[in-house]
Amino acid sequence: MPASLVQTESILAIDVGASVTRAVLFDVVEGEYRFVASGQAPSTAEAPFKNIGIGAREAIRNLQSVTGTILLGPQDNNIITPTQPDGSGVDGVVATMSAGPAVKTVIAGLLSEVSLQSARRLAESTYSRVVDTLDLSDKRRPDQQLDSIARSRPDLVVLTGGTDGGASRSMLKMLEAVGLACYLMPAEKRPMVLYAGNHKLANDVRELLGGHAGKLQISPNVRPSLEVEDLEPASNVLASLVTNLRQRQIKGVDELYNWSSGNLLPTAYAQGRMIRFLSRLYESTRGLLSVNMGASASTVAAGFNGELTLGVYPQFGLGENLGAILQHTEIEQIMRWMQLDISSNTLREFLFQKSLYPSTIPATQDELAIMQAITRQALYLAVRAARTSFPASAHAARTDLMPKLDLLIAGGGAIADNGSVGQSLLLLLDAIQPVGIMPFLLDQNNLLPMLGAAATRSNYLPVQVIESGAFIGMGTVVSVIASASYGETVLRAKLTYADKTEVRADVKFGGLEIIPLPSGQTARLTLSPLRRADAGLGAGRSGSVTVTGGALGVVIDARGRPLNLPADAVRRRELMKRWSHAVGG
Amino acid sequence: MLASVLHILPLATIVRERVLPVAGKVSAHLNQRVSPTDVIAEANFAREHVLIDVARAFNVTAKVADRMIKVNERDRVAQGALVAESGGMFSRSIRAPRAGRVMVAGGGQILMEVGDAKIELRAGLPGVVTQIIPEKGVVIRTAGALIQGVWGNGRIDNGTMISLIEKPDDVLTAERLDVSVRGSVILGGHVRDADTLRAAADVPVRGLILSSMYSSLLQMAYQMKYPILVLEGFGAMPMNSAAFKLLTTNDKRDATVNAEHFDRYNGNRPEVIITLPVTNEPEEPNLYETFAVSQTVRMKRPPHAGMIGSIATLRPGLSELPSGLRAVAADVRLENGETVIAPLVNLEVVG
Repeated sequence: MPASLVQTESILAIDVGASVTRAVLFDVVEGEYRFVASGQAPSTAEAPFKNIGIGAREAIRNLQSVTGTILLGPQDNNIITPTQPDGSGVDGVVATMSAGPAVKTVIAGLLSEVSLQSARRLAESTYSRVVDTLDLSDKRRPDQQLDSIARSRPDLVVLTGGTDGGASRSMLKMLEAVGLACYLMPAEKRPMVLYAGNHKLANDVRELLGGHAGKLQISPNVRPSLEVEDLEPASNVLASLVTNLRQRQIKGVDELYNWSSGNLLPTAYAQGRMIRFLSRLYESTRGLLSVNMGASASTVAAGFNGELTLGVYPQFGLGENLGAILQHTEIEQIMRWMQLDISSNTLREFLFQKSLYPSTIPATQDELAIMQAITRQALYLAVRAARTSFPASAHAARTDLMPKLDLLIAGGGAIADNGSVGQSLLLLLDAIQPVGIMPFLLDQNNLLPMLGAAATRSNYLPVQVIESGAFIGMGTVVSVIASASYGETVLRAKLTYADKTEVRADVKFGGLEIIPLPSGQTARLTLSPLRRADAGLGAGRSGSVTVTGGALGVVIDARGRPLNLPADAVRRRELMKRWSHAVGG
Repeated sequence: MLASVLHILPLATIVRERVLPVAGKVSAHLNQRVSPTDVIAEANFAREHVLIDVARAFNVTAKVADRMIKVNERDRVAQGALVAESGGMFSRSIRAPRAGRVMVAGGGQILMEVGDAKIELRAGLPGVVTQIIPEKGVVIRTAGALIQGVWGNGRIDNGTMISLIEKPDDVLTAERLDVSVRGSVILGGHVRDADTLRAAADVPVRGLILSSMYSSLLQMAYQMKYPILVLEGFGAMPMNSAAFKLLTTNDKRDATVNAEHFDRYNGNRPEVIITLPVTNEPEEPNLYETFAVSQTVRMKRPPHAGMIGSIATLRPGLSELPSGLRAVAADVRLENGETVIAPLVNLEVVG
């Protein structure tokens, strides 16, 4: 990109997570935007601090000490904007935020299989926990419904239902129940309400709910017709409503909002926006997948042909909700990922104890191994939950397999901070079980959502920062689908480097094969599958592809899809250790 | 780096807000000296609502139905009282299905709140009321020992504290809970079975202060009518030495066990308060501090979870931990003389 086309303004991005607050500086270096540096500090949304501004300033101070650039005013301790002649300050600020309790949400729709599902998917695009649902099949009397809503004390009500211009009577009944429930709550606790249903009823909604909701927003219908679901406009409105809710709930959010001139977005929303943008920019023919494992939630964003599927799952977050993960999975399902020989009771106590101290980190290798097993299962569950919302175009060869993708970007402390890139990659392979051939990128500084927020200031910034190598290239992964016995050769691979030297490998079923290819280099990979194995080119099909390097190089995962782990615990742990060793221990 | 503080204090000024969950009437007055069982505020709240659809019942429009409604908002009505009447030659009527109060009368409907329940808010700790929060509750100020925990079952009570723990890793069993401890707050160690919780209910006790318990007992612990407060967490964990020393030296003193849920956002957490007579009011403890050398800290995570130590050095930059992760860390000198590296996020200042 020529320098003349770039708005040369420096951007400070602040991300307030449940555990960690990051301050990141983007600036123009030699005519292009670059990620300059990052500072971080523990988040301070929770007691005893109860003000996210404390952690944000601490993170900015740490960034100052790395860059040497003064960003906070000595008098008022506020961010200096714009950049001053002495070099201090920044030109713009953007912010993202995932800290805060899960948003207690009531969803309502007419048909349980249609509009209510749309409402659920809409609610899943942010940090919500559904506490009650209402639809036509609800057998409760209206007064029972309103009691139930009032008792659950929701922060948010998402109302959908009816096609534009369609039936309205049943919808009005439901609105009455919601309106009365809001009326019964103390004024300062009334929920935010998003109406995304039959547009003809917008005025009725204003009349019935306008005076009783904490704040009422009306967005375009998520189901303008029975066959069409369009969540995007409503999810934009929902993102701003959640930001408003955080302003009401947490001190310091107003300040962040003002610093960023209103460019404060929920982190997951910003992550999703970036994936949609990249999917459109790179005209991805298959799909882009981004996963983020944080303390507040696990987030899965997938872009298929420019269309976004965003799933935010606080129930699979690795912080204070950790003990509750057992409501969604059997403990044995976590145990299967365990390299250590520990009892399920020990694991159970670990889950509950960690939920008491969500911001702590594993200090020993055993603790890290346990945390990695939990992360695998949480990510496994999050990806499978998100898959149910993938568009029809995201075609998978079999229902138990992932669709083929062009790229994976992974972030969040539980993935990025694993001791080694190899361990991070293995965790992703186990939990996601991708198919086909694709590069894996590690977003070590959690930049993706911040780039999504920064895109509001500059369209060039995200592209130039990504292309400058701000993410760590983990390598290109080739996943092999095969029916074979353990140890049988299922693939012959040849990597031809730029200097024409070659490396050959006979890949055995059940193993992981690593062929070195440094970051920044490309090479030609020739794949010759045996026993009708599919190495991403089709069952039994041979061919050559150009692959990019990374910290590990080319990783051939011949463990099969779906990954079948031995039932025998001793054998399973032995295999886990072997795979762990294969990616660098 | 900022540090959260775990209060384990032999003497401090303790200021606590006690508020109703819904708006009500505050009965305590400013400067009143209260005991833990004194009622300081009360509220009535409706557990349920009844919606009477007059328009539908009489098959008329909402506007017409409104003229047929015979009650007004805020009216108290008895069960069977007339609430709407159609009028005319063959007049039909609607009567209140239950006694209650009219919340809304309009739009062709009547919404009544029914099933009144009364909440009495007790002081929970002895002290002096220093502030009235209108319609909500009070602020109480006292002086004494303060020991905070990590988990509570949501109950509160007080009584004479009897120590049944001899060393920090003691296990509290059902056999130790006999009639001699009836009406007392029990200072125990680790609980590993449901029988112990049941025995405490049968005695009954006024509260359990535990070092740890198994998470499998959580559901049962929530059902117990007496407060259960856990100091260290889940699993088999010994009591930290600071809490052990302080609590056992206060044996036979009156203790309030406020086993409220740990709320990360408002800062309420389970705690034991042992009120002590003072001539000069001690200082209020800091809610947070900045990590510094010589501070007393508690380790939050294995391999030394619950152990008390002091910061020997604060390491510059990032340090590699035994797990292989890199973090801002300190060298902590433990009470057993060993010095270990610990990430600062795994430490809390004791004070």
